[in-house]
Amino acid sequence: MSFPLPAFLRGARASLPFAVVVIPFGMLFGVVATEAGLHVWETMVFTTAVFAGASQFAAIQTMQEHAPTAIVLATALAVNLRMVMYSVALAPHYGGASRTTRAVMSYFLVDQTFATASVEFERNPNLTTPEKVAFFFGSVMPVAPLWFAASLAGAMIGRAVPPEWALDFALPITFLAMVAPMLRSLPHIVAAGLSIILSLLLAPMPYGTGLLVAAGLSMTAGALLDAWLGGRA
Amino acid sequence: MIDRSTFWIVVPLLAIGTYLIRFSFLGTLGNRPLPPWLTRALKFTAVAILPALVAPGVLWPAATGGQTDPARLMAAVVTLATGIATRNTLAAIAAGAATLYAMLALVG
Repeated sequence: MSFPLPAFLRGARASLPFAVVVIPFGMLFGVVATEAGLHVWETMVFTTAVFAGASQFAAIQTMQEHAPTAIVLATALAVNLRMVMYSVALAPHYGGASRTTRAVMSYFLVDQTFATASVEFERNPNLTTPEKVAFFFGSVMPVAPLWFAASLAGAMIGRAVPPEWALDFALPITFLAMVAPMLRSLPHIVAAGLSIILSLLLAPMPYGTGLLVAAGLSMTAGALLDAWLGGRA
Repeated sequence: MIDRSTFWIVVPLLAIGTYLIRFSFLGTLGNRPLPPWLTRALKFTAVAILPALVAPGVLWPAATGGQTDPARLMAAVVTLATGIATRNTLAAIAAGAATLYAMLALVG
């Protein structure tokens, strides 16, 4: 059985637009990590081992605030919980793939590769398993290497960035910019609004625990309102 | 500055935890559907956590010693508004950064 190159190339082409997002985010991560006092090699261990941008930023921020280890982990892992949905959604497509293949794919399962694959499988339901595997790894190509390279570039220029650039505020802007396009239904807006209000009210709670309480309550409120409005689960 | 002992506990555990989240169903081929309430709740994780993560820092930035800074507050509002209007993350970042620099240059 030959390698389904066309599917691989189609995957690469489909996720290529994400490069525009991955490069600046990766560089920003490198810069922010360096500003937080990490060495270049530590930043690279971090970014290759975890490979989940938003949670890496969240971990850097909470570690800088000297939150306890358990809080740092709870916050960063909570940011990644959405990937359970990705894992659930892709599993039925890869029943025919080997366990090793699926184990490697799991590492590369990020927002961009998931989005690319789910669109493709909806459009072309008759792909074979090898084609689906090749498509997935094709979609990894414009994302993972660029993320690592951009992190490295950011880490190397990190200390050269002057304070007047107000980089302390790059992170809030990035997170807000990631959230804003997700506010597409009333429950999402309520969850985000409540998240802001509660995090401000609960900010005096010790060790960043206010953040977790605010996030938990906002998530619950969003889900309950969504159920009440009869949204599809 | 980040405490090194915290860092070296967080990185491996976060890496393993994140990997297990991704592996959960894809790796084990668990075909049991998630309970609907859980699927519903997972849809809201990002919008519930990310705003809470940044809101206190927007209103009371560490860079200004916790004093509310009009430039940073305005930049955050413009980022959010642009992101909602355009549904485009990069456009929102560009608008927010432009606002921040313009305000910092104006107000100092």
